[in-house]
Amino acid sequence: MNDTNWIDAALVAARPQAVGALLRYFRNLDTAEEAFQEACLRALKSWGKNGPPRDPTAWLIFVGRNSAIDVVRRQVKQQPLPPEELLSDLEDAETAIVEKIDGSDYRDDILRLLFICCHPDLPATQQIPLALRIVSGLSVRQIARAFLVGESAMEQRITRAKSRIGAGEIPFETPGPVERAERLAAVAAMVYLIFNEGYSTGSTEAQARSPLCDEAIRLSRLLLRIFPTQPEIMGLTALLLLQSARSGARFDTDGSVILLENQDRDLWNRSMINEGLALIDKAMRHRAPGPYQIQAAIAALHARANRAEDTDWAEIDLLYAALERLTPSPVITLNRAVAVAKVRGPAEALALIEPLEDRLSGYFHFFGVKGGLLMKIGRTSEAREAFNRAISLANTAAEAAHIRMHLDRLAQD
Amino acid sequence: MLYAILCYNPEDVVSSWTKEEDDAVMARLAVVQEKLTKQGRLGPVARLLPTTAATTLRKGREDPVVIDGPFAETKEQLLGFYIVDCKSLDEALETARDLARANPGTGSYEIRPVGIFRPGSSFP
Repeated sequence: MNDTNWIDAALVAARPQAVGALLRYFRNLDTAEEAFQEACLRALKSWGKNGPPRDPTAWLIFVGRNSAIDVVRRQVKQQPLPPEELLSDLEDAETAIVEKIDGSDYRDDILRLLFICCHPDLPATQQIPLALRIVSGLSVRQIARAFLVGESAMEQRITRAKSRIGAGEIPFETPGPVERAERLAAVAAMVYLIFNEGYSTGSTEAQARSPLCDEAIRLSRLLLRIFPTQPEIMGLTALLLLQSARSGARFDTDGSVILLENQDRDLWNRSMINEGLALIDKAMRHRAPGPYQIQAAIAALHARANRAEDTDWAEIDLLYAALERLTPSPVITLNRAVAVAKVRGPAEALALIEPLEDRLSGYFHFFGVKGGLLMKIGRTSEAREAFNRAISLANTAAEAAHIRMHLDRLAQD
Repeated sequence: MLYAILCYNPEDVVSSWTKEEDDAVMARLAVVQEKLTKQGRLGPVARLLPTTAATTLRKGREDPVVIDGPFAETKEQLLGFYIVDCKSLDEALETARDLARANPGTGSYEIRPVGIFRPGSSFP
């Protein structure tokens, strides 16, 4: 890493905490962002020369706050700026800030910054870019590329989102425990959305969108650092790591989807798997299961199996049943059917999903799974019908190609 | 005399490194490790998983308290470490409890999963 790279890395790492604290101080998102930007510029000048301050985040908050106050003052009175030495003196910056800001403020600052991005008036297509811009500090160009849209379109989308969350609506008072838990749940859901936005994609876009997965993992780790005892946040982080670990094995060289059971497990990222397994282990000790933990536990069973045939499908079936009870949804039942087919056979799985057809009539995976089950029990013409439905509902060319492969096989039989 | 060299780093910065940056650092460290290995001076090397994966067992009571997260007290200092092969976090905690029973009183054991482990050479 060269000389300015470590500064960039430190600025990226400090951003959520620093912008969060500046937002609390100025109660205006634009001012907070500009103040942080200004502090970063000064950091590039000063840290390169003097080395890093002991607490980079505190330095940035202090310098950012002073510079923005200067701007406000200048606008009002056209007063001269205080001398530069006053602002870039490291010792001053740190002692002052360490005295004034305690850890619990920091935690709520970061949570607030994330929480304003999941404002209920904002659709997910705006929430995610806003969070990536404000909290992660990705450039508009990076975000636009990840969303496969033009830069100016993305700029507009972010500006629109910002204007919707007018300063008046930002909740600045320190949240109570119930409110804090609600905010945390909303933020966790948004982080999961960011991840899925990057993960549920075809091979051609996977490269461009993978920064979304990386950012989601970073945000999830950040949440876990400020809420170290929340089992669902452990579960969320584990889930993202365990899913992301498989990303190198999901597509073949032609860009076709490789199903979990056919993936080359040597291509899975072991270090992510180890971290995910450690986290789910830690979460389970709390005996407070939640949807993220259960999904992570399912992903962990796949990760623990050295070969596809070693997968503990009976346990996966039980976990999906638990997930169904917590958050009933036809999609979860559909996923459970895959496990049921392995444990108790395709006929039983088919019986489980047939009642779902009305609710999942527009869902590609439903007809893919249904076709697969029908094929296994030899109901060929019905299988073909289901596969054709699936192709007509496919979201990506890779999905359609995968189903066509089954159809070809049926044609040969 | 054997020396332990303990690595401290701002974790949020390290976890913000891209894979390429991380790989580059690891490659440069590998050169140093290689040199030490050739000299027969390198013992075990470990890279620990992030502190978010840590659990702490706090001594001072008959039944030590398990706390999520890394050890954060500044009055107590790192005085040693073990690398133990455990099937699960529960087994690791049980091992730490055994140690706590053997060495009761104040203090804590931070339990951190090891990400990368190289046993190195055994010293004479």
